Amino acid sequence: MNSTQTLIKDLARQYGRDRRNLLPIIQGVVEQENYISEFAMIEIAKELNMPASDVFGTASFYSFLEHRKMGFYVIRVCKTIACAMKGTNQIMHAIEDMLKVKIGETTPDGKFTVLQTNCLGWCHKAPAMLINDEVFTDLSPERVREILGEYMRKNR
Amino acid sequence: MSVTTYQLKRVDLIFKNENDWKQILSKTLKRKKEDIINSLISSELKGRGGAGFPTGMKWKLTSEAKEETKYVICNADEGEPGTFKDREILTQVPHKVLTAMAICAYVTGASEGYIYLRGEYKFLQKSLYNAIGEFERYCEEIGFHFRIAIFMGSGAYICGEETALMESMEGRRGEPRNKPPFPTDSGYLGKPTVVNNVETLVHTYTIFKYGAKKFRDLGVQYSRGTKLFSISGDTPIPGIYELELGMTLSDFVEEFGDGDTKAVQVGGASGFLVPRKRFAETQIGFQGKLTGVSLPTGGSMMLFNSSRSMFNVLNNYLDFFEEESCGQCTPCRVGCQQLLKGIHAVKRGDKPAVYLNKLLKLSENMQYTAKCGLGQSVGNSFASIVENFREEMIF
Repeated sequence: MNSTQTLIKDLARQYGRDRRNLLPIIQGVVEQENYISEFAMIEIAKELNMPASDVFGTASFYSFLEHRKMGFYVIRVCKTIACAMKGTNQIMHAIEDMLKVKIGETTPDGKFTVLQTNCLGWCHKAPAMLINDEVFTDLSPERVREILGEYMRKNR
Repeated sequence: MSVTTYQLKRVDLIFKNENDWKQILSKTLKRKKEDIINSLISSELKGRGGAGFPTGMKWKLTSEAKEETKYVICNADEGEPGTFKDREILTQVPHKVLTAMAICAYVTGASEGYIYLRGEYKFLQKSLYNAIGEFERYCEEIGFHFRIAIFMGSGAYICGEETALMESMEGRRGEPRNKPPFPTDSGYLGKPTVVNNVETLVHTYTIFKYGAKKFRDLGVQYSRGTKLFSISGDTPIPGIYELELGMTLSDFVEEFGDGDTKAVQVGGASGFLVPRKRFAETQIGFQGKLTGVSLPTGGSMMLFNSSRSMFNVLNNYLDFFEEESCGQCTPCRVGCQQLLKGIHAVKRGDKPAVYLNKLLKLSENMQYTAKCGLGQSVGNSFASIVENFREEMIF
């Protein structure tokens, strides 16, 4: 049994094997592996005794449950109105320039993925972004370069 | 209702200390259930998530439902652009929310509660679990059996719609259900369920603490009590403010504007844009006068000054809706796409300016035919922006 299978078995034991536990289980996998692979979806389907297509149906609905392989750090930059007004595009350019990737892409070393997202709920401190679960607000291109610099020095 | 000459009144009830939650809880649990419901009804508290359904009625209906198992859900899937008050409540006064949930459970006969927390607020999860742990221990002490769990969302705006939220909790795509049946009859797992916004629950706490009269004395007719406003955009003092309901937009802009406010978006992307010329006649509350439609107040107030292009604003909103539409009903799925494509076509000159009228008709159609509040309210911002700033859409 590989690590994904063990993880899914543990999660199913922890949350239960009902349909209503599907989302917490998928979230648990994403928390560990940063995305939900086809393999993991099939394993969850087996564990919960339901069609794998239903697992995919649920997983693909939610924007935070990526089913493409993601980097270790997923950067989500808010693009909704308040952040847009306060210069989210400049933040985006600073990130793209620093990591040498475009929106939706992952760095070749698999460390960072850059995404845009809808309102994060920090409109009074715009622009804002998430790196995994951590929130950064009142961004400026300079500040973003500082933050990313720290993350680039960090080991996984 | 005549327009009042009403000054802005700041209030401090919601974030006021929560140290007395144990007293409030044990005191209220000794009251009769009908008594609690009646005081909620007489307070005229309406849901603070945006829809404004009378909270006392919701509790009453659920308490009358004949089922063994019932649920209480606190809706913390705060996704409306420009709204960020619920996060602050859950950070500062979580025990008030939990106490209100427990009292709701007592009144309705539920024994399990859930907080549906949006994925973007995952950082709150730990402190919230600590608060829940402490709370549950106290409940055990006083012999009241009620468990609360956190259910995490995963970045879907539509899950703030109560039936979509329950679909999501049941492990499915967050697609809204048909109503009726309403959640008060058949909600989570088909059982009677109360779904209340975070802020609504805190207001019930205020009512349990000070009585219905004090709450009812605040605000104006049809819009009683206070409201948390999330204020952002072109303002020198963005943030969260608790204000009495019923002020006019001109008073509001006087206080929060930067002196050059050309329009205010009330109620987030699904709300209405009010241009400067209508500030004086527009009231904030459940019975606004704007084009005969009541002004929804989830609490999002976004100010725009004259440096902003309303085309960009509308473009941003439609982009948001096009992505967040769940896609199950055609009016909303296709409508959002076509509105977005349409305004770009007009802007580029690929379509004549009168094409905007067609788009307005489409947005009106969506209001009648879309399945849930998302599709139905796209027309709010679309029509109010296009009608008031038509030239900015074209040139």
